Amino acid sequence: MSVHASTSPQTDDALPAWAFGLFLVSLALAWLGASALVGPQVLPGPIETFDRLWVMLSTERFEQHAWETFRAFIVALMIAVLLGIVLGVTLGAHRLSGDVAEPMLVALYSIPKVTLYPIILLLFGLGLSAKVAFGVIHGIIPICIFTMAAVRAVPRRYVRAAQAMRLSPREMFWKIYLPACIPEVFSGLRVGFSLTLLGTIIGEMFASQRGIGHLLHQAMENNNLLDITAMVLLLVTLAASVGFALLTIDRRLAARAPSA
Amino acid sequence: MSLVAKIRWAVIVGFLSFLELICRAGWVDGISLSPPTQIFLTALSILGTAEFYRDAGLTFSTVAGSIFAAVIFGFLMGMGLHRFPLVRRFLDPFLASYYSIPTFVFYPFFIVLFGLNRFPLMAIGFIFAVVAMAINTLSGLQRVPRVLMRSARVMRLSRWQTIRLVIMPSAAPYLFTGLKLSIVYSFIGVIAGEFILSGAGLGFQIAFSYNAFETSKMYGLMAILLTVVGSINLYIYAIERRIYSRRGGR
Amino acid sequence: MSNHVVFEGVTKRFSGRDGRPDIHALGPVSFTLQQGEFFSVVGPSGCGKSTLLDVMAGLSAPSEGVATFEGHPLKGTVPDGVGVVFQEDSSFPWLNVTENVSFHLRQMGLDEIEIRTRVEHAIAFMGLSAFSKAYPAELSGGMRQRVCIARTLVTRPRLILLDEPFGALDQQTRLLMGDELLRLWRETGATILLITHALDEASMLSDRIGVMSVRPGRFIDLVETGWPRNRTSEIVSDRRFGEITGRIWQHLRAESMSAMGTQAA
Repeated sequence: MSVHASTSPQTDDALPAWAFGLFLVSLALAWLGASALVGPQVLPGPIETFDRLWVMLSTERFEQHAWETFRAFIVALMIAVLLGIVLGVTLGAHRLSGDVAEPMLVALYSIPKVTLYPIILLLFGLGLSAKVAFGVIHGIIPICIFTMAAVRAVPRRYVRAAQAMRLSPREMFWKIYLPACIPEVFSGLRVGFSLTLLGTIIGEMFASQRGIGHLLHQAMENNNLLDITAMVLLLVTLAASVGFALLTIDRRLAARAPSA
Repeated sequence: MSLVAKIRWAVIVGFLSFLELICRAGWVDGISLSPPTQIFLTALSILGTAEFYRDAGLTFSTVAGSIFAAVIFGFLMGMGLHRFPLVRRFLDPFLASYYSIPTFVFYPFFIVLFGLNRFPLMAIGFIFAVVAMAINTLSGLQRVPRVLMRSARVMRLSRWQTIRLVIMPSAAPYLFTGLKLSIVYSFIGVIAGEFILSGAGLGFQIAFSYNAFETSKMYGLMAILLTVVGSINLYIYAIERRIYSRRGGR
Repeated sequence: MSNHVVFEGVTKRFSGRDGRPDIHALGPVSFTLQQGEFFSVVGPSGCGKSTLLDVMAGLSAPSEGVATFEGHPLKGTVPDGVGVVFQEDSSFPWLNVTENVSFHLRQMGLDEIEIRTRVEHAIAFMGLSAFSKAYPAELSGGMRQRVCIARTLVTRPRLILLDEPFGALDQQTRLLMGDELLRLWRETGATILLITHALDEASMLSDRIGVMSVRPGRFIDLVETGWPRNRTSEIVSDRRFGEITGRIWQHLRAESMSAMGTQAA
């Protein structure tokens, strides 16, 4: 299905740390070169950006904004993960519901969620709840879809083995379904993580006067390229670090999982 | 119609009826939500205006440009990633976090680069979609079964013949998925961009109606947009099923 | 009968990646395949049988020693006149049976009429006529393998290499496919190298059987069966079948046990 193919099988080993460091350095150099080429008014270079970011991070106001974003994001993530997994498990376990819901979920995933923003704003007003709602609607669908696929893909022979061992439904869930599903569910969580962060920040861009998203929006209105670059750098670093950590865990899980 | 399809229709009709009810009964104020029937009528009247077609033309042409560029560049990127595993291993964590970045923050950069026209929006759609195409192209290339490559060698096919006759057909389902996602993400990128940033196009009109409290018009536009995008997706889905149903699983 | 394939001291090593030690996969192997012979290779898992096939097919160059096919050295390019049937299904899922079978012929540039004649004959020979428009996904595993064999057949190869082609099939189907293979062998007059882990299959089908040791694989015995050319699977009732199979097993049992021992470590 369309959503799954967006995460490829991790067939590579991770790079050794020194090689990664080397690549980062060359990336920074390339950035420096590009900035020099088009001029710092068009693309601020790495040095000015780090400088600006350092200054921003040390202001208390910025800390408040960052904390605001973090709060909203964590709440949105927890809701998206919880609801997404519960929904996914239910739809995956119950064949008919799953069949009915699947194309509708894919359709929801495909529509530009911007078109739903006015509805969210009308429902939740401005403020924290709207931000959280934005985050949730972005992240919940892939988590649900991946979880549903994971539950459905549990090989029949595991279930039959469990039945032969006369496990109760609760034991089946914890000892058979859950371990078998974890790798695929985790892939869904990775995608959900990224998208929930995206949704939260977008929500802040126009549903709030606080948060990094709001700061970004301001910087965009004022054409403040340096601020934008600094915040993007912050976001990229954070998202890439967490993303990489999740990726490592995903690889370990995938390595342990039996091939179908 | 199968049972599953019937239930689906029942759910949709039930949901719409529910909305109709709560609006007409006054449980929800008219500003927040319009009844589906009114939305439908408003949508029809919008379709009769010249202004709509001007905006739709802008939006869809920008989306088309984004799709075109994303598919070509994404395909080349995917091939490059396949060819150079070192680059791929380096990019893994960045690709994993790519979709966390709200890509419209790059809009000001694109304005500086391209000027105040439709190209910055097209660029936003492009960078949203190109990664999906690249990842899926890569997937398709990685998943060509080794035994098919060995068969190509036994048949003494040249490099170009192998690419054209074995690798491409084998990877085709994944390339098609990349195309699908490129279409979806181009729509999302351009319309989101119009919504937040620009002064023209359907996305902008939706935001404008919202700000002007013309909620009926806003919902009408949203309904039209969703119908169009939904139909395109359904059409692609149908094509995919027809082409690939006999191939069985990948 | 002339020497069709000659191996002299052929060895194959794979360099270890990421600092792991090199793998000595095969050899040294020295033997000769006579033209038109049916030769089987049996041995424990991982002993290098498939590597032997790769070298013979020209898919892999020997690290040491010389391998020749029809007098020309094999150096990692596939020569003309060689057909390979792999262990996994290698049919192209996007083509139907007829298109699959005619695929290679089209690339070779034969004219339409010749292609159609050969393809129809091969499809009929392999019993696939009723499925000529079907896609591989619609066929069973055994039938897909038949498509692969048909695709190899049509090019009229002089040397046919088969790597455990019937591995995924049930015993009865295997025996029947064995008969088909013999029919194919007689009809084409090709030299056949069959890799199999089924001793009875090797005993019943072959003119000679090479028994391989554990990795790095070397031939520890070459058994001649002396079967008549027009044999079928019913040869299993011949008394010498038991003797031949027993002789193979005697070697293999010791090798397999030592292979299991090292694997368990």
